[in-house]
Amino acid sequence: MSTDTLTIRFFARLREELATDTLELPARSNQTAGDLLAELAARGGAWAQLEGDQPVMIAVNQAMAKPSTPVRPGDEVAFFPPVTGG
Amino acid sequence: MISIQTGDFDPAAEYQALRDSGAGTGAIATFTGLVRDSGDQEGVTGLYLEHYPGMTEQVIQGLIDQARQRWDVRKVRVIHRVGRLGLQEQIVFVGVCSGHRSDAFAACAFLMDALKTSAPFWKKELTDSGEHWVEQKASDRARAQRWE
Repeated sequence: MSTDTLTIRFFARLREELATDTLELPARSNQTAGDLLAELAARGGAWAQLEGDQPVMIAVNQAMAKPSTPVRPGDEVAFFPPVTGG
Repeated sequence: MISIQTGDFDPAAEYQALRDSGAGTGAIATFTGLVRDSGDQEGVTGLYLEHYPGMTEQVIQGLIDQARQRWDVRKVRVIHRVGRLGLQEQIVFVGVCSGHRSDAFAACAFLMDALKTSAPFWKKELTDSGEHWVEQKASDRARAQRWE
């Protein structure tokens, strides 16, 4: 993980439907997890579901986060469907 | 102690380890979850479980810390399996040592309810006609909210 990039991770249904488990993206200033979600959704196709009807959960540095959570260079940001363990 | 593993576990051995932990225990509550043959749809032949390594352990440790603040909790053991599991296989084990039964029951139920809605695990149901990711249940969210 480089210090001027963000590592984006996807899990479960999102990982499969986006055919992506990890992405490296350049970090921007004053960026939030929600900004990142919008940027990825704008790729269209399967990516549009990141801002679709189904809820997307967010973790920043492996802790649950919200769209308003800031993301900084070097952070690990994960997007995934609501969890279903146990 | 928290273990995320592909292999099976022995609830009797886990119970004995809790009993032997010398934590001044007067009560041990345990829960074991198994793979059912009907979930979101009928004819389930097995499950595939995925998780977020690293975050999973941190979230469960946070839940154990919350349980310790709310109840008399002396020792906790959580085991959650991942990967491919067949029908009736064991998925999850939660064991809690406490001074008294009410705290042991409550902490064990809280840990299971909270784990289901906050620990990053995802289940995929496998059937003869295909596979699909399980949706989070409103009833599970309601059970977890009881503890808030």
